[in-house]
Amino acid sequence: MSLAIYLVTMALVTYLIRAVPFTLFRKKITSRFIRSFLAYIPYAVLTAMTIPAIFYSTGDMLTAVVGTVVALILAYCNCPLILVAVAAAASALLTGIVI
Amino acid sequence: MNGQFAKGMRHGIPIMLGYLSVSFGFGILAVENGFAPWVATLISATNVTSAGQASGVLTIAAGGTLLAVVLQLLITQFVINLRYSLMAISLSQKLDPSFTTPHRLAAGFGITDEIFAVAYAQPTPVTPAYMYGLIAVSWLGWVTGTALGAVAGQLLPDMVADAMGILLYGMFIAIVVPPARKEKRVLFVVLAAAGLSVLFRFALPVIPSSLAVVISAVVAAALGAWWFPLQHDEEGEG
Repeated sequence: MSLAIYLVTMALVTYLIRAVPFTLFRKKITSRFIRSFLAYIPYAVLTAMTIPAIFYSTGDMLTAVVGTVVALILAYCNCPLILVAVAAAASALLTGIVI
Repeated sequence: MNGQFAKGMRHGIPIMLGYLSVSFGFGILAVENGFAPWVATLISATNVTSAGQASGVLTIAAGGTLLAVVLQLLITQFVINLRYSLMAISLSQKLDPSFTTPHRLAAGFGITDEIFAVAYAQPTPVTPAYMYGLIAVSWLGWVTGTALGAVAGQLLPDMVADAMGILLYGMFIAIVVPPARKEKRVLFVVLAAAGLSVLFRFALPVIPSSLAVVISAVVAAALGAWWFPLQHDEEGEG
């Protein structure tokens, strides 16, 4: 029973946090500062989530660093998302096997 | 089939493939923490958020009184997923007039980092049908990957499971690097966010990492908006 309450709590908070602002914001935002802020926030969030957490993501700093470097190089070359992600994991795995 | 819906589905395929592998990792994590595979799959189907789900599963597994766990869930889910509010507001600025309240309430369910990034990058206003196509395909990948990971993940060698921990972050890098390469001001925001995040980790380790992410991102984006405001003719760019 308590598990059901936990699951509903998670789903409800996660839904409301997305749907409420998505539904309420109708007018074009005119403030240049806020428009700029909103344009930058996704990149800022994804970066802050990734650095430094990525270095602890494989349980071994060295394999994680190799995976990160591979991902950075491929992303710099505009490779597709899935290729960058899989190559990062594959290079981390290979590094782990070699060392 | 509606052309916009099909277009959304097509754009969702790379996300689906990415989600298949990332949610596979979530399936492994959930089962390792004592959740039945069907519960893990249900969590993915109703939340569709990697970081929030991982945090939620660990919080529930840690246990405690009903009230304590619910309160922890409320706070951590709110903070970790706060970025979706910001993305939802950003995306609300690019919606087609056909996006009425019921459509917003429905499509709001599916705003994830990747779905936002793809929808936001569209050169034309985003329609409900496009969003539904994009969300449906991505959601299917997220749920299927979780089920596969939960059922089969325990069979994977530890080494492979460990290496898969980097998948999600690899995807984030693939989203951030190309625009940062193209535009100096995005690069500035990205470097500021990374610097602040590292600073929190090592100088202020008492602050929970989910909260540190939100603070770092808000400060970095505000600095960017202050020093490099968008010009009026480049709405939606960034």
